[in-house]
Amino acid sequence: MNMNKRYIFKLFIYGQSDDCKTAIKNFISICNEKLHSDYDLKVVDIKEEPEEAEEERLIAVPTLIRQSPTPERRIIGNFQDKEKVLAALDLTE
Amino acid sequence: MERTYFSAAENEVKKVKTHIEGFDQISRGGIPYHRNTLIAGTSGCGKTIFAMQFLANGITCDNENAVFVTFEEPPDNIVENVRSFNWDIRKWMDEGKFAFIDASVSQEPIQTGEYSLIALLARIENAIKKVKASRVAIDSLGSLLYQFQNDKIIRRELIILANRLKQLNVTVVMTAERTNEYGEVSRYGIEEFVSDNVIILRNNTIEEKRRRTVEILKYRGAFHQKGEYPFTILPRKGIVGTSLTTLKMNQPVSVKRITSGDKKLDRMCNGGFLSGSIVLISGATGTGKTLLVTEFLKGGVESDEKSLLFAFEESKEQIVRNASGWNVDFNEMEKGNKLKIIALYPEVLNLEEHLIEIKTHIENFNPQRIAIDSLSALERMSSSTSITEFVIGLTSFIKEKQISAMITISAPTIMGAGTITSAHISTITDSIILLRYLEHRGCVKRGITILKMRGSFHDREIREFSIDNKGIHIKKPFKNIQGILSGHPVEYMYDVIGGVNGSSKDLSELLDA
Repeated sequence: MNMNKRYIFKLFIYGQSDDCKTAIKNFISICNEKLHSDYDLKVVDIKEEPEEAEEERLIAVPTLIRQSPTPERRIIGNFQDKEKVLAALDLTE
Repeated sequence: MERTYFSAAENEVKKVKTHIEGFDQISRGGIPYHRNTLIAGTSGCGKTIFAMQFLANGITCDNENAVFVTFEEPPDNIVENVRSFNWDIRKWMDEGKFAFIDASVSQEPIQTGEYSLIALLARIENAIKKVKASRVAIDSLGSLLYQFQNDKIIRRELIILANRLKQLNVTVVMTAERTNEYGEVSRYGIEEFVSDNVIILRNNTIEEKRRRTVEILKYRGAFHQKGEYPFTILPRKGIVGTSLTTLKMNQPVSVKRITSGDKKLDRMCNGGFLSGSIVLISGATGTGKTLLVTEFLKGGVESDEKSLLFAFEESKEQIVRNASGWNVDFNEMEKGNKLKIIALYPEVLNLEEHLIEIKTHIENFNPQRIAIDSLSALERMSSSTSITEFVIGLTSFIKEKQISAMITISAPTIMGAGTITSAHISTITDSIILLRYLEHRGCVKRGITILKMRGSFHDREIREFSIDNKGIHIKKPFKNIQGILSGHPVEYMYDVIGGVNGSSKDLSELLDA
């Protein structure tokens, strides 16, 4: 794992529903635990910006895209399964 | 020009025309309006083509724009794949009539809990708004389900998606894979529940011949024809229904007589064939079927009618040479644009494609007469179901166009009676002329008789005929011989003129007298 590279995430949600809030909360808590503040997270509401959904060819929400480090990773769901999230992001030690 | 073969009942669900030849007839109007319709079939059955054709025809025929959602192949591939059907999707995209939603994924996404497909729905909604689409295709639900292995969530989400689509004022077709031609409607068993209507495309092999069919399994609240209907997939056209069993028999009947090309045969037919009728010529090999066809075409050209020959047994050169042997110059007739000869090897196309080919040639040349020599050649490369469908399709088409036709059939045995045809074509044709060999006193002679002629009196005798370099010569009836049709001619000796128990030479002299 290359610690020098900064983590850049884009999280796509739809509207301000409780489900979305849960997803954001879940993800931030995982990040804070593993990456401390060493990451960028941009939350995109595709209800407001449908073009973003088209550009990233999204099917489901929530979708998280890890833009950096490469290769790109995509995770869908509300991040309930913490182990799976960590494995997908190569953050397990 | 366009004819409707269905009558829309009151309160019936409104339908959107697919403009897929044949399908709008069996579905009595097309795809149910503003609903979801599932197109299910095994791989290679033509689902994607059906879905794309529904959209393409909407743009070209009805000025209705379209959105295509793909979970399987990237849009570029699809554009390339359907170019051979003359669908210029790139142009339509530039004109703002067509939009793709690329939902094909390169890698499976990782699931970490609850999610919804609302992102996809938002994209579809956005695209519909952008191109003002009325038609949407989703290809395929199976690929979507495959991407999301977590059954419980995807099932719920798919149902939500389908219900939302219904509120968008668009007519939707969705494709789904099947694993068997006869069995479960769809692979995951969920697809059919999210749609109001189910259409099944099949790609069967019957008697070693490929046979594609379409069946409407359910149309909620709407009428449709039941059962499987054959279709084919053609370059430049896409899906074309080949069944015409939905046609009504409403062709006008003619009393006009046309010449068979031979005066004596005309006389046997009480003045000639009836215009617009179908005449079947049945006989063993070498009895003179092709000669009768040649006379028929010559008669047409001489009466200033355009004639079209479909030859499946001989090459064009052979046909022209044979005709010149009977003093008929086909080359000259072709030059005058009065005659056209299409010689095709039966095996180059399947029967459905032959029918389309024949129809296309007829549409282009616009003949008053056609001849097919022979149907038996086509029969040898097809299953009995498809030959029957071919014959019905062809005869109803030429009846509708009021073209006079002559079709030849080879009798299986040289001397015997044999069957007229295995495809029950005899009930469809208006007239049947039999040509038979018969052995009489050590000589082989030829006999001709008119077995049936609808709507006309006709000669009931069996007459002898000969062939020379001027063509056919029909002579007097065989007297004192019976059993010709059964293949066992027996001579009986009474009432011969002059009471002569003579040789065959004497007898034929008497007949010629």
